[in-house]
Amino acid sequence: MTRRPVQIEQTAEVADALEFAEMKASPVTADPWAELRQFTDARIALGRCGASLPLAAVLELRLAHAQARDAVHLPLAIDQLAPELQTLGLQTLALHSAARDRAEYLTRPDLGRRLDGDSRAMLKKRQPTNGCDLALVIGDGLSSRAIHENAVAFVREFIGLCAAHTPFALGPVCLVRNCRVATGDEIGELLGARLVVMLIGERPGLSSPNSMGVYLIYAPRIGTSDEARNCISNVRAGGLPVGQGVRKLAYLVEEALRLQTTGVNLKDRMQADYLPFCPKPALPGRD
Amino acid sequence: MHTCTLQHRTYGFADLAEVLAKASPERSGDRLAGIAATSAEERVAAQLVLAELPLTIFLEQPVVPYEEDEVTRLIIDSHDRDAFAPVAGFSVGELRDWLLSEAADAETLAALAPGLTPEMVAGVAKLMRVQDLILAASKCRVITRFRNTLGLAGTFGVRLQPNHPTDDPRGIAASILDGLCYGCGDAVIGINPATDSVDNIRRLLEMLDQIRDRYRIPTQSCVLTHVTTTMEAIRCGAPVDLCFQSIAGTEAANRSFGVDLALLAEAHEATLALGRGSLGDNVMYFETGQGSALSANSHHGIDQQTLEARAYGVARRFRPLLVNSVVGFIGPEYLYNGKEIIRAGLEDHFCGKLLGLPMGVDICYTNHAEADQDDMDALLTLLGAAGCTFIMGVPGADDIMLNYQSTSFHDAAYLRRLLGRTPAPEFQRWLVEQGIVNAGDGRLQPIRANSRLLSLPEGWL
Repeated sequence: MTRRPVQIEQTAEVADALEFAEMKASPVTADPWAELRQFTDARIALGRCGASLPLAAVLELRLAHAQARDAVHLPLAIDQLAPELQTLGLQTLALHSAARDRAEYLTRPDLGRRLDGDSRAMLKKRQPTNGCDLALVIGDGLSSRAIHENAVAFVREFIGLCAAHTPFALGPVCLVRNCRVATGDEIGELLGARLVVMLIGERPGLSSPNSMGVYLIYAPRIGTSDEARNCISNVRAGGLPVGQGVRKLAYLVEEALRLQTTGVNLKDRMQADYLPFCPKPALPGRD
Repeated sequence: MHTCTLQHRTYGFADLAEVLAKASPERSGDRLAGIAATSAEERVAAQLVLAELPLTIFLEQPVVPYEEDEVTRLIIDSHDRDAFAPVAGFSVGELRDWLLSEAADAETLAALAPGLTPEMVAGVAKLMRVQDLILAASKCRVITRFRNTLGLAGTFGVRLQPNHPTDDPRGIAASILDGLCYGCGDAVIGINPATDSVDNIRRLLEMLDQIRDRYRIPTQSCVLTHVTTTMEAIRCGAPVDLCFQSIAGTEAANRSFGVDLALLAEAHEATLALGRGSLGDNVMYFETGQGSALSANSHHGIDQQTLEARAYGVARRFRPLLVNSVVGFIGPEYLYNGKEIIRAGLEDHFCGKLLGLPMGVDICYTNHAEADQDDMDALLTLLGAAGCTFIMGVPGADDIMLNYQSTSFHDAAYLRRLLGRTPAPEFQRWLVEQGIVNAGDGRLQPIRANSRLLSLPEGWL
């Protein structure tokens, strides 16, 4: 005689008993809505032990925070960046803001926005020159990691585009420690640059310790206000890819030179089929 | 000129503003403004001077000129002399001692609130240690109502903050359900939108209202956008429960936020007119934070803690349901590390409560501040002891839209478990009905996979 498996009716009591057995096995109560994670990157359905967060979730957050903290405090590796940029045929200058160390940088944004005396003297020594069309400034900002991971690739692609299509006079690439966005204003003014392109590490988020911002400023001067800048944000693997960021920058550079301004009056109206630095075909009947 | 003579030297302070600034416990924002004490001794000398100043000096010598600033005019013109009478003869130091005495109980403090000005409260906070700030605040009882009752003794509220970087309704709904299943959302379900267009705000308001209605949740919703956008949404017929605005402690700083008192009054009236509150008509929700006036270049040389208290002077004019300081959001140039954030959070809560506000705190930090989860745990626990009205509940403490760390649903559950606090009573009853918490001890229950809560309306998932 074969025994048939006993059919247990799935009553609430049975469910409770099964749940209880599971709880005995692990002190963690799982959340039965893990499938909702497909709709958001928010840290949902983490489960709990008692009322508290399970250790796995605690350590995951701690790791993400550690990576963000390290990104803030990692020194900008100018010694590695400069030779890489030089192999692209670019001149480089190593500069420093007036914020002497990281603690001062974080508490004195006013000092981070200005160059220190040596850096200013170095730039002034280069004068008089005839200025340049475009000066690239690379600053650590709040994440050196963002620069280490994205800046050289970004510059390589961007100057590749420029070299192929436009006769830009490029200034030296300035690599700046303890740099804020506005540091580029003083640099641009001293170099006599028509445009400054600033690559800078953005404030790191837990899921984005390596995100780079790209700022564009026309006719930079000390005291330029934030409304006079255009910004491309979140350039990184997993964010805005370098290629797309470069294409957007090329568009903004072209528009800035055409309109002779940046900021609120330069709206991003880039078309999907935009081709960087290409002569625009004349409209039929307009020539 | 105020002076303090110690054995070896005399410290001079030009005016009340300088005494207040230099008496402030150390923080980076006051150093950035160039108004902080330059030595530890000078700071205590300023506190010695401040302790002796009569409370009436704050009425006679407004730190921001009456003629130049409508916040000062509001504070002075709405000051209640009768309520002030019991402490009118006190110095700032005597007020500190009295606040800690048994004579200062919940009723006395509630009656006194309209007689205190923000500057008096800020001044006394500077003299108080952390335990003083906690004990005095814990005596205050501020109760507000919309669809439930917030601030009752033994309760502890949570704003459910289900932000999403693209305002995706499914992503937001997923975070809301997560939070509800952890007992959060009694203070408000409030979204910081990624996009401020009126269409988007309307869409989010309608979605929140549908969720609240579907599950019959005794709470209120809010989309935290500018008052003018909320007013536009109201004109379009959107279901606005609470009207939100960030505010600061000077007219110029408020102008940098695009508001003034007249506009706030207009927004308040428009929201009141909707009459959507079933239990009460507290319809405003304000956020503040030390350093906002300095960052807007409109601080008049006044220290950031005093200006923060003045923002509460603005808030109380509009009988808000909720006020919270977003204490660590602004960054290390204003509050450098965990110690400064913890102190500021307790000061803000104390000042708000003493002025009669339903004060919560967004206990938070950014990744460039010298702070971590341990600091937030410390501030959370201290604020729980101080009787804080509400905190934020963010999934896993990680706000993926605003890119900062606040408190989590688990943090709220921890605090309620530790201190035996419950959500607002109406909300608590709903949680029991849903099987989220136990009717007896109020602890979280395992949620069944077939719970009705987890089934979202068609078209969302």
